[in-house]
Amino acid sequence: MAEGSKDQGGTGTADPEEDSPNMIVYRKIEDIVTRIQDEKAGGVAIRTVKSFLSKIPSVVSGADIVQWLMKNLSIEDPAEAIHLGSLIAAHGYVFPISDHVLTLKDDGTLYRFQSPYFWPSNCWEPENTDYAIYLCKRTMQNKARLELADYEAENLARLQRAFARKWEFIFMQAEAQVKIDRKKDKAERKILDSQERAFWDVHRPVPGCVNTTEMDIRKCRREKNPHRVKKITFLNIQLERHCMKVSKVADSLMTYTEQFMEYDPFVSAVEPSNPWISDDTTFWDLEASREPTQQRVKKWGFSLEEALKDPAGRDQFLKFLESEFSSENLRFWLAVQDFKRRPLHEVPSRAQEIWQEFLAEGAPSSINLDSHSYERTSQNLKDPGRYSYEDAQEHIFKLMKSDSYARFLRSNIYQDLLLARKKQPADTEQGRRTSLEKFTRSVGKSLTGKRLTGLMQSS
Amino acid sequence: MQEERLTSSTGAEKCRRKIRAVTVLLCSLFYCEQSRETLESLKRESETLKKKLEEERNKLNDVELHQVAEKVEVLSALSIKTRRVLKGHGNKVLCMDWCKDKRRMVSSSQDGKVIVWDAFTLNKEHGVPLPCTWVLACAYAPSGCAIACGGLDNKCSVIPLSLDKNENLAAKKKSVAMHTNYVSGCSFTNSDMQLLTSSGDGTCALWDVESGQLLQSFHGHTADVLSLDLAPSETGNTFVSGGCDMKANVWDMRSGQNIQSFESHESDINCVKYYPSGDAFASASDDATCRFYDLRADREVAVYQKDSIIFGASTCDFSLSGRLLFAGYNDYAINVWDVLKGTRATILFGHENRVSRVRVSPDGTALCSASWDSTLRVSWSFSTGSNYIFVLGKQ
Repeated sequence: MAEGSKDQGGTGTADPEEDSPNMIVYRKIEDIVTRIQDEKAGGVAIRTVKSFLSKIPSVVSGADIVQWLMKNLSIEDPAEAIHLGSLIAAHGYVFPISDHVLTLKDDGTLYRFQSPYFWPSNCWEPENTDYAIYLCKRTMQNKARLELADYEAENLARLQRAFARKWEFIFMQAEAQVKIDRKKDKAERKILDSQERAFWDVHRPVPGCVNTTEMDIRKCRREKNPHRVKKITFLNIQLERHCMKVSKVADSLMTYTEQFMEYDPFVSAVEPSNPWISDDTTFWDLEASREPTQQRVKKWGFSLEEALKDPAGRDQFLKFLESEFSSENLRFWLAVQDFKRRPLHEVPSRAQEIWQEFLAEGAPSSINLDSHSYERTSQNLKDPGRYSYEDAQEHIFKLMKSDSYARFLRSNIYQDLLLARKKQPADTEQGRRTSLEKFTRSVGKSLTGKRLTGLMQSS
Repeated sequence: MQEERLTSSTGAEKCRRKIRAVTVLLCSLFYCEQSRETLESLKRESETLKKKLEEERNKLNDVELHQVAEKVEVLSALSIKTRRVLKGHGNKVLCMDWCKDKRRMVSSSQDGKVIVWDAFTLNKEHGVPLPCTWVLACAYAPSGCAIACGGLDNKCSVIPLSLDKNENLAAKKKSVAMHTNYVSGCSFTNSDMQLLTSSGDGTCALWDVESGQLLQSFHGHTADVLSLDLAPSETGNTFVSGGCDMKANVWDMRSGQNIQSFESHESDINCVKYYPSGDAFASASDDATCRFYDLRADREVAVYQKDSIIFGASTCDFSLSGRLLFAGYNDYAINVWDVLKGTRATILFGHENRVSRVRVSPDGTALCSASWDSTLRVSWSFSTGSNYIFVLGKQ
């Protein structure tokens, strides 16, 4: 290995990269592989295995690693252990002794652990010249186990072309390394050769394999802002804030989730079917139509917000308010919602229009604001902005919520839709149907109206 | 003073000047000391307040969410499968967003391409090549008529979509947002007219799309902001952001004020997402955990972690009811968490490289995941009686 190009990342020194996201994972993996290799502390048995004519030093089977992971990391599913083990291999901490592809198999395949010298946490950024020297060295040693794979031979050919002028230097470096290697013990050399090969499998992976050294570019370009002292005013505001107990918010979260679970396609059935499963878009057509299903109408009863989210809900609530001669409230609220979404240059004129329509003296759709909000709003309009009507809108929303909304839910307009009652105009054909027919029809309706979940949950 | 200088300097004058110089020096040293002391005392006051705040908050921490959730029914086994794989990007897919029509989506990649798909038919509807690589953020406009995208170019641009497939969309691209570092996230507010962006320059900003004018900027993060999410409320004006300073901040869009701040992660927060009611939000971090924060209790109420999950979580999103939290990790998997009980409901394998983004469709019927393996995968649940529907037959 060419020493010169190794980035002395710092095993032991104060490393500015210490807190980088990759480091966090590396440290965790290193903790795992250290524990695995610690036989006395429940680690796996690392042995020398006898094969035909030779001995294979310092290996462990894939199955042993998988077992260890399952036992020590509380993993129930072997598939998960294999997945984690494969990632540890892909990052170069453990490798199969007879394959360039870094995955873990749950069988007798033999693996070896990487030397800490080659660990990714040392911030290696090996150059192509190092790779060229390494491949060159491999061709000089007449060993079957060191023969170049096809992709390596291709890489070597490319590098020879690229470094044509300094090939002599590369060749000499390779020769020097071979000389040094020859002096080492046979078993030691086997181990070192395999570890060096695994190192290059990480940094120059087999085509088609993931290059785990790729970094998220956002993490490479961090802004190092000096850590500012948290504002005293901010902290004081937080202390003043009235907060709820966890028990209370937990109940609220549970209630909300449980209420909506019947609408959640990942948890409950979709009627008539989930378009993605059945290739049938009826569900989407129904949701988009202005003739809502009972299930949709039920949602409007959860909160005023839910009712207003649905265009059909808005329509029906407006209809109800019109019957009570208080539709100006909702129309004001909708106008302000739309107003906030306009482009900047339209804001001043639109602000005036809203004032004229809803708040001015003798306005056609005069809304009822308390004097405080009224004052604030007219002040805001001296320099109109998107939030000029915020206070007024909040006030009106609270009014609708506490007053009209409750009555809406009790109204015929809402109840008819919720219970899927069709209005029977007295003097039409339908009005003259016999009571038996009406009965049969209403029974049929309530059967189809009823959700099929009861039946489906048993399947 | 000037007159004194013009006249010849006597010995006494030189002495006076020396005294003045020394006095000035001593004064500036004194003020330096003062400001250092002031800074120190400010720090101490800040620390005291922080401790007091923690104490006050802990008084309200009377129970754990998962304990209260013991009475919630256990979820039946989830069977989620991938049935659509969208291939077309030449490199890592970094971001995606659903269209409100529940079937179209936009995705952006490291290769500089932004693609609009009809995921239902697997049809590529538009492909826009951009001059910069690493398009880190993209968003679909609420009307469905435009998309926004940005990244390493430090900008966020809006591109109107046309029905004419032959039209050169790249030419109609309009720069809206300008930051001094990469744009990490973007989102339209409830209309096509305003765009909210987060950036590696440590700020978030609200822009008027038509004029490109900066409407409001949000300062408070002390490092790169990596993600933002708008509160789902029709009536609210807030959003949450998370960043490399390990903090998640909630902001008032009107005033630009930081209303609340949460600091419990041990590394970068890669993604923040509101719980559907808007009263809480989740975060995904490089510390391999996802966390759940309630705004009314002003604290973290759940941590989603496992010994076997050691790689960072890069993205998260809730199912429609908020019962499930889908989180994508750098170990190529998607862990699905039971939000209330704090346990893992299931794990989804399939991607062959890091998962960069997961998003549930607007009506909750499907989950899309984007990955560094250059594909997008659409998955959904098969465990809710669909077999029975199939037996009944399609209309």
